[in-house]
Amino acid sequence: MTNLIDTLKQEQVAKMDKKIPDFKAGDTLKVMYRIQEESGSRLQAYEGVCIARKNNGAESSFTVRKISFGEGVERVFPLHSPNVTSIAVVRRGKVRRSKLYYLRSLFGKAARIAEDKEGRKVTDAE
Amino acid sequence: MRSGVIAEKIGMMSLFLDNGERVPVSVLKVDSTVTDVRTKERDGYVAVQLGAGKAKAKKMAKAQIGHFAKLKVEPKKTLVEFRVSDDCVIPVGSQIGANHFVVGQKVDVSGVSLGKGFAGVVKKYHFGGDCASHGVSRTHRSGGSTGQREWPGKVFKNVKMPGQMGNKATTVQNLKIVAIDEARDLIMVQGSVPGFDSGILTITDAAKAAAPKNAPMPAGLKSAASPVEAPAAEQPAQTSETKE
Repeated sequence: MTNLIDTLKQEQVAKMDKKIPDFKAGDTLKVMYRIQEESGSRLQAYEGVCIARKNNGAESSFTVRKISFGEGVERVFPLHSPNVTSIAVVRRGKVRRSKLYYLRSLFGKAARIAEDKEGRKVTDAE
Repeated sequence: MRSGVIAEKIGMMSLFLDNGERVPVSVLKVDSTVTDVRTKERDGYVAVQLGAGKAKAKKMAKAQIGHFAKLKVEPKKTLVEFRVSDDCVIPVGSQIGANHFVVGQKVDVSGVSLGKGFAGVVKKYHFGGDCASHGVSRTHRSGGSTGQREWPGKVFKNVKMPGQMGNKATTVQNLKIVAIDEARDLIMVQGSVPGFDSGILTITDAAKAAAPKNAPMPAGLKSAASPVEAPAAEQPAQTSETKE
C-alpha cells in the first residue's frame, strides 16, 4: 500500500500547483521566502548557489549556499512549500556533478562556478 | 463515550499546512464494520464489536462463522470491542468511516510496536554501558550490578535487565488529526504511530483531551444501516472537511 502514499504525495504536489523553473545544482538562484511574523508576513530574498537538489515527490528540497558577511550559509528549502513563493534563476552554472558539497571547503576565487553560456536560458526574476 | 475505530497503518509522509508549516503525518485507513453489540441486559456492559479486513471461511472456527452468519455481516479478520456509553451504540452492520473524526481533534492510537527482539540494557533502557578501555574486559555493554549484598539477598522486582523489546501493545496519546480524506477513508495524524506499515491499529478519541464538540454522535457512518440512526450521524459529518 505504499503506492497510496505515493499517490497522496503526487496529489499534494498537484494541489500546490507551483511553477518551478528548470534549475539544477550550480545555478545561482534567488528564492523569495515568506516569513511569518506577529504582524502579518513579509517576503525575504535569499540569493546564492544551488549546491544540491533532492527529489522525493512532495518532500523534494534544494540547498542554496551563499557567503554572508564572510561566513558560509546554507539553507535547505522544501521545493513545494507554500512559503517558497518564487524561485528565479539568476545565472546558469556549468558543473559536472549533481551535489556541489566540495564548495564548502573552497572560498574566494576557487569557489567560483563557470557560467553556462550556451543552452539553458535564465528565467526572469519577478 | 464514543466508539473507536479499527484502522490500517498505510505509512508516513509530510504535509504542508495552510500556514506553510510542514508536519510529519501518519496515514491511517479506517476500516470498521459493526459486527455485534453488547448490551447491559445480556452481557452486563455496553460495547460495540467492530470488525476489519476480510476473513477466509476456511480459516475460521465454526463458532465464528456462525457468529457472522447470525448477524448477517461479512466475516472479518480482526475483531475489536469498544466500550461505549448507552447513547453511542451503533447498529450492527453499519460501517464507520473517516468522518467519525474531525480535523483538529486529538486521538489516541493503539497498536503493537515494532519488535526489536531480545535486547540488551544499552539499547532497551539507554544504560551507559561500560568503558571502552581502562582495563574493561569483554563487558562493554553490560548492565553492571543488579542488587546489593546479603541484605536484601535478592534482586528487587522491576530491576531493568535485558529481554524482549518491542512487539507489545503500545498507545500513543493525544495525536492531532491534521487532515481527513472521506472519499478514501483516510485519517492523517501528526506524528508516528506504533507498528509497521499495514499493521492494524485502533483509534479512539483522546482520553486526556476534551471531546470534540462537533464530532458526529454516535458515530460517523459511511452507509446508513438503520434509518433511525442515519440522520443524526450524517448531519454533523459535514463539519469534517476533506483536506489534503
